[in-house]
Amino acid sequence: MSMWEYANPRKFMSVSGKLLPWVAGLAAICVVVGLVWGFFFTPNDFRQGSTVKIIYIHVPAAIMGSSAWFMMLVASLIWVIRRHHVSALAAKAAAPVGMIFTLIGLYTGAVWGQPMWGTWWEWDPRLTAFLVLFLFYLGYIALWEAIDNPDSAADLTAVLCLVGTVFAVISRYAILFWNQGLHQGASLSMDAEENVADVFAYPLWLCIIGFGLMFVALVLYRTRTEIRARRLQALIAQERMA
Amino acid sequence: MIGLLKRDLALAIKAGGGFGLALAFFLIVTVLVPFGVGPETGILSQIAPGILWIGALLACLLSLDRVFQLDWEDGSLDLLATSPLPLEGVAAIKALAHWLTTGLPLVALAPVLGILLNLPPDGYLWLIASLLAGTPALSAIGTFGAALTVGIRRGGLLLSLLVLPLYVPTLLFGALVVTRGAQGADALTPLAMLGGITLISIAALPFAAASALRVNLR
Repeated sequence: MSMWEYANPRKFMSVSGKLLPWVAGLAAICVVVGLVWGFFFTPNDFRQGSTVKIIYIHVPAAIMGSSAWFMMLVASLIWVIRRHHVSALAAKAAAPVGMIFTLIGLYTGAVWGQPMWGTWWEWDPRLTAFLVLFLFYLGYIALWEAIDNPDSAADLTAVLCLVGTVFAVISRYAILFWNQGLHQGASLSMDAEENVADVFAYPLWLCIIGFGLMFVALVLYRTRTEIRARRLQALIAQERMA
Repeated sequence: MIGLLKRDLALAIKAGGGFGLALAFFLIVTVLVPFGVGPETGILSQIAPGILWIGALLACLLSLDRVFQLDWEDGSLDLLATSPLPLEGVAAIKALAHWLTTGLPLVALAPVLGILLNLPPDGYLWLIASLLAGTPALSAIGTFGAALTVGIRRGGLLLSLLVLPLYVPTLLFGALVVTRGAQGADALTPLAMLGGITLISIAALPFAAASALRVNLR
């Protein structure tokens, strides 16, 4: 019994079909409870007022926006090394989800930044790096769309994902060198001395877990759709041959 | 390998006119900027480093779809792939030829355009140094993008969408070298960073380009 058994599309379909409602349900519970808790049952920040509550969407979306790219990187590596089709399709399925999470992170940041920093947009390192990440998503998705042969598309996008990761990381640190930021530093670390107060941190963690599960559910769902679409194409091709 | 380089250089200079086109494009972009932002020399000299770098970058981008496209169409790319030359070597030579016909002339032209944009006198040396150090990275990254999109009909627009995000660190450090140099601040650190990015690109990207070419030639 090894994890590679799940790379078999049939096995993947049966397992993911059983798993999907549970993951989706758990994601819904976590997100709803976390957001309601965060929005209505935490005190306002003494300086930021109620605007601080946008972090319950902003932080989880931003975390998932960058984690989704990392997941695509792992999936692309698995495709390049072991040639499991499910893996390539999962990378394809994750890209639009990650892009939307990145967009939500950018948008909620702008909405919060307007009253707090007095500007919708600032060329701050974190903001800029996320914008660049968004551009990488755009290119990746566009490359998938442009190539007809599914296997070549999977190969080329995998190469793009690997090279893109290297350059995204270089860009991240190049941007840090380029401009100092307004964005606050990390404040949810396990080892830092000064962190977000517990009243805010518990619902925030719940939201992060919920967004993570939501990402998993969406990717499973979209991968299943991709596999079905692939099967449909195979059936149509068979029909033509007969 | 030398033969391939000579052939590519001859093709670029004699046929198609792609050689002068990038230079003319660079010139026009730079001339258009003052019309857009106004003729005040103070503003112009402040934005000159960035404009010159963006102009050079766009001029590079313009000639990228020629790197593999013509060879792909007439089948000589298949011959190159079956020749004893490794495909990684072909990709590296293509990038070198692109740099010699686009990057190097841009380096030579940039100081002249710097005068048009009223670049401060301290900036010229840094402008030349940063373009010399940075344009090989533009060619190497661009060759990788061209290898990815070679099989796609009218892939030019897609090529820019893929390549431009990859250009971010190069542009950032390149323009920073000139800005700092023009102000008399420390420009060696970003120059070293820029050189590092170029070396990474030259060392790693021919392999990525070759693997993309293999997929496209399948």
